[in-house]
Amino acid sequence: MKHPSRRTALQATALLSALSSIGLLGTSSASASTDPFKAKSVAEALKAMGAEPATSADIQLQSPDIAENGAVVQVSISSSLPKTEEIHLLVEKNPFPLVASTVVPDGTDAFVQLRAKMGQTTTVWALVKADGRWFTASKETKVTLGGCGG
Amino acid sequence: MGAPIRMRGKLANGKAEIRALMTHPMQSGAMKDSAGKLIPAQFITEVTAVLNGTRTVLASRWSGAVSQDPFLSFRFGGAKAGDTLTISWKDNTGDSRSDTMTLA
Repeated sequence: MKHPSRRTALQATALLSALSSIGLLGTSSASASTDPFKAKSVAEALKAMGAEPATSADIQLQSPDIAENGAVVQVSISSSLPKTEEIHLLVEKNPFPLVASTVVPDGTDAFVQLRAKMGQTTTVWALVKADGRWFTASKETKVTLGGCGG
Repeated sequence: MGAPIRMRGKLANGKAEIRALMTHPMQSGAMKDSAGKLIPAQFITEVTAVLNGTRTVLASRWSGAVSQDPFLSFRFGGAKAGDTLTISWKDNTGDSRSDTMTLA
């Protein structure tokens, strides 16, 4: 059996660390008070992630100007920031704004496309961790029929 | 176990573009049925994609706000024909699903 090279081992460690930080390796490291998925506001989610983001033009966030059906709103986030490690999607007016957290391993494009529920007109946030620093982009999506049964 | 994940992959110049469609009700737990009762939360919480059993190419954590029957699209390099890609999900009830495709 070949021993992993040092570079592979470092990548694996960084990956495990990222997975752990988004709560994918069991919940032992994320108590209820610090789990960003339990945050009830964008500010609370940012605090739980330890993020103080700067706005970045290198994040391309696509979300419709008007969403007719709030149950299925397609959003895509692409980051051209070097060393993008994590991409998060937050829907400000949802009861729990954090919708999805994605780890971007080495070699994977920093791109996430999802369909999310939006209860009402809201700001949509892309939060990106790149090279240990945090960045955001946002845009407003008007929702005509809310995704929680109107 | 859930219905199989439908996967499609395109390979070009060593880069794979994958589209996957999962079947899942993605109930957030906040919706009520016609009788006014809360529908219990049932949603995918984790998704992973692993190439050739060793290389994780995607790992995500989701809330119940991801839409029903989630669609997933992602791209990664270092891929070649014959590589196997396994996409797996787990939900909050303990259910899970894992499907594998061969890149061509």
